[in-house]
Amino acid sequence: MTDPVLEVEDLQVEFRTEEGVVKAVDGVGYALGKGEVLAVLGESGSGKTVHARAMMRILDSPPAFITNGTVRLGDMELLTLDEDDMREVRGSRVAMLFQDPHTALDPVFTVGDQLMELLRERRKMSRGQAREESLALLERVGIPDARDRLNAFPHQLSGGIAQRVMVAMAVALEPEVLLADEPTSSLDVTVQAQVLDLLGSLVAETQMSMVLITHNLAVAVGLAKRIAVMYAGRIVELGPARDVYTTPKHPYSAGLLRSIPDIQVREERLPGITGSPPNLLKLPTGCAFSPRCPLADDRCRAEVPAYVEVGTDRWSACFHPEEVQR
Amino acid sequence: MSSKRPTSFMEGVSEINDTPSEAAAATLWSDVWRKMRRDKRFWVAAALITMFALMAIAPFLFFTKDPQACPIADFAQRPSREHWFGTDILGCDYYTRVVYGARTSFKVGLVVASVTIAIALTLGASAGYYGRKTDMIASRFADILFSVPTLLGAILVLTLFHGGGALIIGLVIAFFGWPDMFRLVRSTVIGGKTRGYVRAARTMGSSGRTILRRHVLPNGIAPVLVFAAYVIGGAVGAEAGLTFLGVGLQLPSISWGLQLAVADTRFPELAYLMIYPSLFLCLMIGAFILLGESLRDALDVKLEPND
Repeated sequence: MTDPVLEVEDLQVEFRTEEGVVKAVDGVGYALGKGEVLAVLGESGSGKTVHARAMMRILDSPPAFITNGTVRLGDMELLTLDEDDMREVRGSRVAMLFQDPHTALDPVFTVGDQLMELLRERRKMSRGQAREESLALLERVGIPDARDRLNAFPHQLSGGIAQRVMVAMAVALEPEVLLADEPTSSLDVTVQAQVLDLLGSLVAETQMSMVLITHNLAVAVGLAKRIAVMYAGRIVELGPARDVYTTPKHPYSAGLLRSIPDIQVREERLPGITGSPPNLLKLPTGCAFSPRCPLADDRCRAEVPAYVEVGTDRWSACFHPEEVQR
Repeated sequence: MSSKRPTSFMEGVSEINDTPSEAAAATLWSDVWRKMRRDKRFWVAAALITMFALMAIAPFLFFTKDPQACPIADFAQRPSREHWFGTDILGCDYYTRVVYGARTSFKVGLVVASVTIAIALTLGASAGYYGRKTDMIASRFADILFSVPTLLGAILVLTLFHGGGALIIGLVIAFFGWPDMFRLVRSTVIGGKTRGYVRAARTMGSSGRTILRRHVLPNGIAPVLVFAAYVIGGAVGAEAGLTFLGVGLQLPSISWGLQLAVADTRFPELAYLMIYPSLFLCLMIGAFILLGESLRDALDVKLEPND
């Protein structure tokens, strides 16, 4: 990859709670090229959201502590920046998109107020300029009757429109990287596709890079060039989206793929992944997935498998990558 | 008729799809105003408060006489065409004296409200937003004052001062009374700072102070304003109470509390001396409470159905 825009290495985040220390993110690393979309796939509690918030440095500390790692954005190391410099980075170089647009928009201000505030504060625009630019942004994200929407309050917007407004805010300062945290999970299925199309075309247009955090495999495959699968705070598999989809190299990814219903095949019951998501307070020794894994042997239960290259640009943290069956 | 039906049906559809233009053009405050305008309670409160404000600023508009003209020969006359509310035991025109009493009450109410809001907003917002040590210190300070009943504390301090003017009384009431609003602001801010839009603002690079000023306070200001209306009402009552007990304003000041204190000595034979200042007092307190309730309902933007 030529000059990655974002490089994450060995990122570790722990939550120090009353019940004990939870390693929510345990050694996550990847590189993201210019204009690339990387999907981070995982179930609730896998650490996918926490890792993004850690990069943005917006975790509440305590209880969360970033204990190790580097996050390089161009020539900048984000984890050691002081808070004032980090504030400059947020929004203008890395922006974030949230799951529920209605909670991410301030209910007491109009859409225009919120966009204009951002532009005036960060791009030092005059009121008139900010208004024109807000209008242009709303039109760019495909909002019909943009001029009317400027004066609308968030509760007057549908979910899809509200998320488009959030997209407009996220790209307003032309960031290099967009961290999209489940951007379509709260939307209707038909609207989901529209918002994903919008994100895809923005990436193509602006060469912005995007980390797409999702639990939805179809969303990941549809938009991302590469997929990283997370389990219990680690990336267990990373590779080109198509390859991960057709020939997974980690039994957890394979399990996720098997649990998608196939419209061609009528099954009484979908094969799920046996067992339940891990309790991060009491992770098993060895591979965290071993208690649920059909391939697990004694070695899996004793040693944590290293994250190794198992093919061209394909990485897996499994002792038996070749035995994995889709 | 039948040809008209599809048209009106289509009109209905376009209305659903478009943002209602009247509401879309509304800002928060014009939205509040739109709701309050339809609220009878607001108009009653506004009328009463305007009337009392006028009495406070320009009592002569109300056909009053000279409040200091008290021919002793006219003392204790019952209400008549000459003296609408009768005369007091010194022979002053009672209507004039009661109207002039509005100024004191109004002044105390405003002093208490502004001082309380200033303290509660500054301390409460800092305590709630920054937490930890700031919260610890501010909250313990508030707890100490909270443990002293406002009236009791005020009686104590005012006795030391040997009473005082409306300003002093207002400051003393505010000093013992602010912890209530402080707690309200603090808890509102604590609840507000975990909202999604606060996190979103942080990811867009807003500083803590900006977030507090631009997001947390505007979202939390509604209960504070409502409470402020109640605070004014309460302060008016407290001043009258303190003065009635003899630790507030002293003669020759004109205050409903003083009038009630005098009336108390001549009750029940001169009951009208009790009735008129009580009536005005109740109306003023009631007006502010009514205003608070109307404001509360109008400001609750989040109660509006999501359509």
